[in-house]
Amino acid sequence: MIEVNKNNFEDEVLKAEGLVMVDFWSPKCEPCKELMPSVHAMTKKYQDQAKFCSLDTAGNKRLAISQKVLGLPTIAFYKNGEKVAELNTDFSIEDVEAKLNELK
Amino acid sequence: MSDIYDIIVIGGGPGGLSAGIYGSRSRLKTLILQKGRLGGQAATTQELENYPGFARGTTGPVLMQAMADHAESFGAEILRDEVVDLELDGDIKKVIAKSGKEYQSKIVILALGAEPRSLNIKGENKFRGKGVSYCATCDADFFEELDVVVVGNGDAAIEEAMYLTKFAETVTIIVIHDEGILDCNKVSAEKAFANPKIKWIWSSVLQEIKGEGLVESVVIKNLKTGELSEIQPNGVFFFVGTIPKTELVAGKVDLNEQGYVITNEQMETSRPGVYAVGDCRVKYLRQVITAASDGAIAAVAAEKYLAEEEGFKEMVLNIEGPVMVAFWAPQIEESITAVSELERMLDKTDGAIKLVKIDTYRNQRLVKRYGVQEIPTVLLFKKGELISKLTGHFSIEDVKDEIKSL
Repeated sequence: MIEVNKNNFEDEVLKAEGLVMVDFWSPKCEPCKELMPSVHAMTKKYQDQAKFCSLDTAGNKRLAISQKVLGLPTIAFYKNGEKVAELNTDFSIEDVEAKLNELK
Repeated sequence: MSDIYDIIVIGGGPGGLSAGIYGSRSRLKTLILQKGRLGGQAATTQELENYPGFARGTTGPVLMQAMADHAESFGAEILRDEVVDLELDGDIKKVIAKSGKEYQSKIVILALGAEPRSLNIKGENKFRGKGVSYCATCDADFFEELDVVVVGNGDAAIEEAMYLTKFAETVTIIVIHDEGILDCNKVSAEKAFANPKIKWIWSSVLQEIKGEGLVESVVIKNLKTGELSEIQPNGVFFFVGTIPKTELVAGKVDLNEQGYVITNEQMETSRPGVYAVGDCRVKYLRQVITAASDGAIAAVAAEKYLAEEEGFKEMVLNIEGPVMVAFWAPQIEESITAVSELERMLDKTDGAIKLVKIDTYRNQRLVKRYGVQEIPTVLLFKKGELISKLTGHFSIEDVKDEIKSL
């Protein structure tokens, strides 16, 4: 997974072609940290079909809010720079995989 | 048979983990199944000040991880798997998981927990993750130097509001009660009243959440005057109690009207071999300490249940020849006499007929199972089958007649 932040978000996500998934998390968010290993495992399975990014909202708060993310965990999907789908606060890894399969 | 567990605990909050600690420490083969993150609701609470022995400085996640490590150190297995169905009939219970795996166990301990209640206010669902939150530790960061509203006034609401003041510019608490009245404990109330960042709106409820993409304003209704007012917070945190996560066991064990599992003091549910602990059961106080206490009680009760069940199988149900089971009670003199008469009589049969004595004061389960209403009662088993029952006023002659007819 690619670490994205306020400096590279535009290039890596908004200017990217195709499907990009961004995992918004923060070190204080326990549900996020719990979900993370399964997200990382899942991305390996689909590595040729989408680009996977991880965004620590601590230190990137404005960026998260600019993406209308104000609750964690959030996983957002972008296609050619446009946000096309989002899962937030109450979802499972199965929901993420289903959404990915729907969009890829 | 080796893959049959003694105890499967469903849920890895403080109740489930404590059951795991007590179960595995008693050398019972114990499995804890946990859907997502361990620790239940306690793992989302940063401020945990009232667990005995752990004063300020302990956080929910830290304490929960310590409990999980503790359980594993005694040999409890912890697996990530979501339970989707349960078959609780019979001696061996089946636990079916989302992964497709089916686990088997003699005992099931339900530690299903509870989740934050949703009020279904207009806009609440739409702005979930967009300013509406149920988890202060997850989302407080976003509201640094911003304004938030808290709905609720119980322990959780006031304590989480205090936590939010470390981040937010102002925290406005909307309280349904008259001015000065809070449902939370006095210590928290005093701290909150003294906190300059906290503002209060009394006798009011939240009516609507509005915004374009993110929360921009909320409509508040004063219950006394009926007046509506609007303020512009960036976030709304709901702490308005919890609802039990018991859909999985509806129709399988008895629940009360609100959906909480009904148990007795041993944490036994309406179904033999099935226990419930923590926030999902009917109880007075839902806290980490009471959940942990429930877990300990359930595991010990389960251990006793297993010993009694195995004992009864070994001594009665698995025996080929005739076995006489005599129910007695220490406070019923007649039953003591009857049992000693039986003992003398059976001594003369040179062990052809075995006698098993059940103290009804200690073992209510067998009393219920065999519908024993009077003490003494004698049950006669052969090849594990109940073949006759003598109850109330019977003489030793009656017993002899029964034996002859064998």
